[in-house]
Amino acid sequence: MVPFFFAYFAVVSIVSGALTIALRSPVHCGLALLALLLHVAGLFVLLNAEFLFAVQVIVYAGAILVLYLFVLMLLNLKTDERHLHTKYAVILFAGIAVCGELVLLVMQSPFAGAKGDAPAGAILKDGSSYAIGIKMFSDYLLPFEIVGIFLLGAIIGAIVLAKTPSEERET
Amino acid sequence: MVPLSAYVAVSAILFGIGLLGVLIRRNFIIVLMAVEIMLNAANINLVAFSHYLESMAGQIVALFVIAIAAGEAAVGLAIIIVVFRGKISTNVDEMNLLKW
Repeated sequence: MVPFFFAYFAVVSIVSGALTIALRSPVHCGLALLALLLHVAGLFVLLNAEFLFAVQVIVYAGAILVLYLFVLMLLNLKTDERHLHTKYAVILFAGIAVCGELVLLVMQSPFAGAKGDAPAGAILKDGSSYAIGIKMFSDYLLPFEIVGIFLLGAIIGAIVLAKTPSEERET
Repeated sequence: MVPLSAYVAVSAILFGIGLLGVLIRRNFIIVLMAVEIMLNAANINLVAFSHYLESMAGQIVALFVIAIAAGEAAVGLAIIIVVFRGKISTNVDEMNLLKW
């Protein structure tokens, strides 16, 4: 059952990724990106990462994508006649060549390494959220706080950038 | 059982698609969406290795990547709004000045 679901999620996420960069209308691109994000979330479930699945659906598909669509609607872009770069054929060829080479390399590599301290059985017993929480607030507490500061900076930066210029400065 | 290489291959293909999107699209917002595709490819990699090597570190780094993607989207879209207000264009080829 797992290989079937893996094939479905993999194929749909690749196809919708290709549609995201190929479609002409920006809103259609955003909707294709939504399909990609939801199917990547499906891949996370297959990898026993339920907490990341929830975060992916809520933060990516819920918040970030809505932000993109909001800006698209706000700017009211007209669809370009030429939506691709002038030399896109060259770039497309080079990109597909690099991509094919990467996949060939990856399929031949025998990935292996030292096993860590979190076997699947232990994670399944208490749940993925429990395992992530214990690890996050013990070993990764400092990075967690740094991300908090980073998000505060991003919020302030976005507000300062997008604010309408005040009238008094111009006069 | 799906091998680890299959997940890494999917991630490599998605990363290639995102890279292509950054290179060939002319609309700034679509370029940012392509960056999101690349970040998602990196996340698939992190979570797949976390599962197969039985360590939680990959999932935690993936969470940090998602948080940073949210910040990047917010600041990037604010910059797009500023540029659009000044110049009425979101074409990346026409954004070649730092100050105008």
